[in-house]
Amino acid sequence: MPFPTLDRAAKKIVSAVQQYALLSGRSLANLFRKPFYGADIIVQADRIGIGSLPIVILTGFFTGGVLALNSASTLANFGAAAITGELVSLSMIKELGPVLTSLMVSGRNASGMASELGSMMVTEQIDAMRALGTDPLKKLVMPRIVSTIFMMFFLTIISDAVGTLGGAFVSVVLLGQDGSQYFHTAYQSLVFADILQGLVKPIFFGFIIATIGCFYGMTTRGGTQGVGRSTTQAVVVSSVLIIVVDFIISKFMISVFGR
Amino acid sequence: MASAAPVAEPQQWQPPAGPAILFEDVSIGFEGKPVLDRISFKLEQGDTRILLGPAGVGKSVLLKLANGLLKPDSGRITVFGEEVSAMREQELFRLRHHIGMVFQEGALFDSLTVRDNVGYQLMEEHVPDEEIDERVKEALRVVELEHTMEKVPSELSGGMRRRVAIARAVVSNPALVLYDSPTGGLDPITSTTIIELVVKQRDVFRRSSLMITHRLQDAFVMAMNRYNEKENRMELLPEGTVDDRTSFLMLNEGKLVFDGSTHDLVHSDDPFISRYIR
Repeated sequence: MPFPTLDRAAKKIVSAVQQYALLSGRSLANLFRKPFYGADIIVQADRIGIGSLPIVILTGFFTGGVLALNSASTLANFGAAAITGELVSLSMIKELGPVLTSLMVSGRNASGMASELGSMMVTEQIDAMRALGTDPLKKLVMPRIVSTIFMMFFLTIISDAVGTLGGAFVSVVLLGQDGSQYFHTAYQSLVFADILQGLVKPIFFGFIIATIGCFYGMTTRGGTQGVGRSTTQAVVVSSVLIIVVDFIISKFMISVFGR
Repeated sequence: MASAAPVAEPQQWQPPAGPAILFEDVSIGFEGKPVLDRISFKLEQGDTRILLGPAGVGKSVLLKLANGLLKPDSGRITVFGEEVSAMREQELFRLRHHIGMVFQEGALFDSLTVRDNVGYQLMEEHVPDEEIDERVKEALRVVELEHTMEKVPSELSGGMRRRVAIARAVVSNPALVLYDSPTGGLDPITSTTIIELVVKQRDVFRRSSLMITHRLQDAFVMAMNRYNEKENRMELLPEGTVDDRTSFLMLNEGKLVFDGSTHDLVHSDDPFISRYIR
């Protein structure tokens, strides 16, 4: 690659990171500035939270089910089929619940935010909003960030619960295990550190989904083709970041709590 | 145009003395390419300046600079005595309450009704609903679209959308209106209707305005007509006269190549200007 091209590419990346940091920082700072768009937060929470509920429930249930199905046969080889519940609940609550819920919400909402804001950008609606004296970061971005973080927290709890139930359904109905034993091991194996890890992650993931979706939306250029590009990039970048940040949080939590 | 009831305008903000817009050596470029190069001009309060030039020359960029939507690379832009080129976005929101802007394609919020589009600024200011309804109706009456209150922009024609955009720009009674090609892509009859509205804003409400147009015909209609408030229609000025508060700017290759009156424009010896206007 010729030197000027490398130089330009590096500048572009640094500039994008700077823009992303500014957008996220300003949007969050707007939470404490008047006017407060409470109604917009509720509308977005409904769209993001309630709207994502069906896919989160389905994903959680079948993930828990397939986890029980796969692990039960392996555990049976060691005579440990009784701890299927422990394995399912630990995996769901610490890892799969937050990550899979976030990936689902990212696919649905990061793309939605990027395309909605991107369309508004290319049709000058964002400029029109600024020209009418309204801050789009306050009116459009802040409510999306707040509501995504808030709803991700509860969606993850629902996904954890439904996943554990899915595992129970497979263990009891298909594998003929004892239901009370399943729930007993699932409950007894959990400690504070596991719950904390499972509930801290969705807060970070919610922030990533909303800020990346809004960032790509607000920086859309180039008409309908640009909107398509922003939408794809928002999903790809937020999904990759979720996985990377998941690893970092897990590593940090394990070093602090020892599990 | 059909007769319309007189509009009870809300009290207009009194801007400080001095020009409405002042550009001093303003330059801007994108991705290393210069778009506007050392542009200087003035728009006096109550005047209308028509900005002409070939497509892609930076006319819309100039309009966005005037409203603080873009920041210049160098130079100073002052609007009503406040230096917009040095103001922070939060400070600009306050100033923009006194500036109306009509975008090229209208830029109406497609998920809101016409009522909510026109009354958007009033809703943001938490004006009571009854007052919003009243003022939106008045603004829509000016553009003769009061029957479209509950429609969404996708249900309107291109010309109707531009008229709604004009109503939205003037609903809060701004002291300055910026028009970005309000007649672009419209048929001649609809274009004349839009220009009539712009002339009405100029002559009846005495608003300062900066207007971009690609249609030379629209520019000359503005210069050669006045608004008759009694008959509620636009009429030709006496032969040989033009509106002396309407003047022209012309951009070419990033530079301001003309700044003067209708008479000067028509009689210019500059080969580019002669070719452009003939």
